[in-house]
Amino acid sequence: MKVKVLSRNPDDYVRETKYDIQRVPRNYDPSLHPFEVNREYTRALNATKLERVFAKPFLASLDGHRDGVNCMAKHSTRLSSLLSGSCDGELKIWNLTKRECVRTIQAHEGFVRGIVVRFCGTSFFTVGDDKTIKQWKIQSPEYGEEEEPLNTILGKTVFTGLDHHRQEGVFATCGQQVDIWDEQRSSPIRSFTWGVDSFSSVRFNPVETELLASCASDRSIVLYDMREATPLKKVVMTMRSNTLCWNPMEAYYFTCANEDYNLYTYDMRNLEQPVTVHMDHVSAVLDVDFSPTGKEFVSASFDKTIRIFPKDGGHSREVYHTKRMQHVICIKWSADNKYILSGMEIFLLFSDPQLTHREREAINYSQKLKEKFQHHPQIKRIAHHRHLPKTVYHQSKELRVMREARRRKERNVRKHSKPGSVPVVTEREKHVVTVVK
Amino acid sequence: DNEPEKNDGESERPLQRKAQKPKKRKQEDTGRDSRQGKKFVSGVRLIQKFKRKEEMSKSRHKHHKLKRLIAQSEDASKMAQNQAARFDLLLPEDEGFLEGDEGEDTCTISQEDIANAVDISASAKYFNLKLSQFGPYRLDYSKTGQHLLLGGRRGHIACLDWQSKQLMCEINVLESVNDVKWLHSESMYAVAQKKWLYIYDSNGIELHCIRKFNDVLRMQFLPYHFLLATASATSFLQYLDVSVGKEVAAICTKSGRLDVMCQNPYNAIIHLGHPNGTVTLWSPNQKEALVKMLCHQGGVRSVSVDKTGTYMVTSGMDKKLKVYDIRAFKPLKSYFLPTGASCLSLSQRGLLSAATGDVVQVYRDVWSTPVTKPYMAHRVRGAVWGIHFCPFEDVLGVGHGDGFTSMLVPGAGEPNFDGLDANPYRSAKQRQEWEVKALLEKIQPQLISLDPNKLGEVDRATFEQKHQDRIEALGFDPLEKQKFVPRFKKKGRSSAGAVERRKKQVAHEDQREVIKKSIEDKMRTEKEQKQKNSKASAVSKQKSALDRFRK
Repeated sequence: MKVKVLSRNPDDYVRETKYDIQRVPRNYDPSLHPFEVNREYTRALNATKLERVFAKPFLASLDGHRDGVNCMAKHSTRLSSLLSGSCDGELKIWNLTKRECVRTIQAHEGFVRGIVVRFCGTSFFTVGDDKTIKQWKIQSPEYGEEEEPLNTILGKTVFTGLDHHRQEGVFATCGQQVDIWDEQRSSPIRSFTWGVDSFSSVRFNPVETELLASCASDRSIVLYDMREATPLKKVVMTMRSNTLCWNPMEAYYFTCANEDYNLYTYDMRNLEQPVTVHMDHVSAVLDVDFSPTGKEFVSASFDKTIRIFPKDGGHSREVYHTKRMQHVICIKWSADNKYILSGMEIFLLFSDPQLTHREREAINYSQKLKEKFQHHPQIKRIAHHRHLPKTVYHQSKELRVMREARRRKERNVRKHSKPGSVPVVTEREKHVVTVVK
Repeated sequence: DNEPEKNDGESERPLQRKAQKPKKRKQEDTGRDSRQGKKFVSGVRLIQKFKRKEEMSKSRHKHHKLKRLIAQSEDASKMAQNQAARFDLLLPEDEGFLEGDEGEDTCTISQEDIANAVDISASAKYFNLKLSQFGPYRLDYSKTGQHLLLGGRRGHIACLDWQSKQLMCEINVLESVNDVKWLHSESMYAVAQKKWLYIYDSNGIELHCIRKFNDVLRMQFLPYHFLLATASATSFLQYLDVSVGKEVAAICTKSGRLDVMCQNPYNAIIHLGHPNGTVTLWSPNQKEALVKMLCHQGGVRSVSVDKTGTYMVTSGMDKKLKVYDIRAFKPLKSYFLPTGASCLSLSQRGLLSAATGDVVQVYRDVWSTPVTKPYMAHRVRGAVWGIHFCPFEDVLGVGHGDGFTSMLVPGAGEPNFDGLDANPYRSAKQRQEWEVKALLEKIQPQLISLDPNKLGEVDRATFEQKHQDRIEALGFDPLEKQKFVPRFKKKGRSSAGAVERRKKQVAHEDQREVIKKSIEDKMRTEKEQKQKNSKASAVSKQKSALDRFRK
């Protein structure tokens, strides 16, 4: 007779001392793990619920400005610094980690229209309603020293925005025309006009550093090459664009924030139609900023909400609002890809990365599960639910009805006219009037 | 058979099992006491064990993104499968076995001989408890197999850590006890007493008396759903959610006294046996039985379902033991036992124990090969009242009129447990953590169905099906075309004739579209046919060199 009966040595399964970690022998045989799918589904449901429970993105508000915040700038080399200019001409420099104001300057009379930090991070430029461009040191003045600009340039007209070159001592302003300035000179080295009365924003391309784009009040977006005397080309849209932002990773794409509630991502090489139309806002979009990874961007709107869009998605993945938030005029995505700074409120985007290995594993696992079961009705409902202000909720509903009515009408017209006489116009084609070269 | 998809996917398991079995037995014949015995299982077969689904066929669609996604996920699952198979080779324990010498039947080997032949810790697992006063006994092992619960007919209840023989509690409820069952962990158990259902903790303190559950005869605990299913003498099948203490469902089965019950561990369906020879399958979501099977002539005495949910073994008053494939609902084998089996139990590795009077017989491979004699047999001192295999151990617990016998059945238990699922060696802290996690991923009772993997499949309901469901839900057809009612016009243009004419005009318009479409279809098919013909004729017109010899 040969016989063997299971007999385990407990020492193989129990830890030796209490300072060891517990032993967990595994056996991945599927028959030992019944209800695999159901349990995974339950886990996914729990993970989705927990995500919503812990979604408290609002971090802090920075108080101190006596008037509305009109413009903001990120520091080019320091993560913790933020510059903000308000409607009463005051400029504040903030320390974000301490959440306090470190310096206040009465920079201009009237609005501060634009701030930009020089690429080296030692000084910054401001423009204001008092037709001046001022250059300031980042360093606070010594004791007894006066708060004075390094340099002041008196312009002929009001400036509405400015941006600095990535590598050289050159900056661009916009107003009645787009001017390119050398830091050493008091008059512009180049001025661009294209039969337009005013521009609202100008941005240098972060990769092709000689290129810049601007939004004009005649509903056009104009592209320039700094080395040439005339603008390159422009696209005229049905409504005016307020600002634009280049994608920092794929710098041939830029996204513009339009008055018609939408954002449009264009490929610089082909302006005939936008690559993507981003819809969801229910009022004019005022500002847009890309994440440093170039995968997402954030937009601020007149409807008092902030939305985050994937760069190639037509609809937003997230919407933020707070009770005290007013029309959001300016928005920035922090350079460490963790925070969103709007007006004077800070939103946390991603959780703190200082997690242990096991926590990170658990998060990755639940992320994968959420992805796997995302189309199940209950999970979908929970994951997509966002509480919106009443006005936004109703307005978006109304917009949907209007859009549907328009579509229906078009369909009916097409149905009752000669085949081919009413062509199908896609959403992307609808908003471009012409491209001029 | 009405769900061909399901059967296709799952017919693989029995095949694979069949293929595996003979191989293993061959190893047993050829000096397989070396620890490497298992490792000879070919790699392909080992990988098959971890296969969850069939590989997707290559789609001809142009969706590059989707194609890439599918390819990625296929690769990932293949890698996981391979890794799991590699890990399987490294598992520390091997299953037990028993082989007779030449000409010696294994069923003639007595328990004493086995106990003498094995090591001292294993031989301690063969023991008898002489409890003649309050018997006969029913029993239950906890999910990890560490704890034993005994319930005597005359009110004696004892729970013990049976390996160390440490008594946790012993009480007499002074009432008849019908059945006992551990709940999710060894800290609580349920006792079906004469009138009500009670829940005690491991110190013997009464936690609950549940008056909604009366005259309970049999109980089953569904560990992943935290449901206690009870079958009562009043023919009610009730489900109690033990995590929140609520009754989930109470189903009147309308089939008399329910004293035969078992669960399918694969899909949490409850099987009930009835005196008229039928076995019915129940889920808490339906008031009717999911399936009714006529299994025996005469009453059903006992039912048991194996771990993979493929086979059901039943025994009846007609002294037959039958094996069914419960995925296809087809009988596989039928055996005749001279005395009939009163209790059945299946082990984790597929051994079947059947109690015939005071003899416990253990059979091997009842579904794959025709069995002529038992694998093991053992006579106990009284009529057997309950038998239960201990999980993760080669032990069969037998409750009988004269107490309890724990007998050794080599090859019964799963040798390698999973520490995150049921760990016999877990510490108190680990148990607490496991309890929290298990409660968090408690499966809702609504998800109990015949196919537990349904949730992971794409719902391919056709548009028509969805539309039909919508009509049923709404009570009307939302897409139905509205009947044309001509508008009333003045100046005599709404005379009866004019109205009729207008109606006809509209009807003609609708018809015209249909006709247009059908004509277009016809033209297209004709064109295609013509093209095909011309091609065929072109091929036939080509002359070959051999044509000159044709008359």
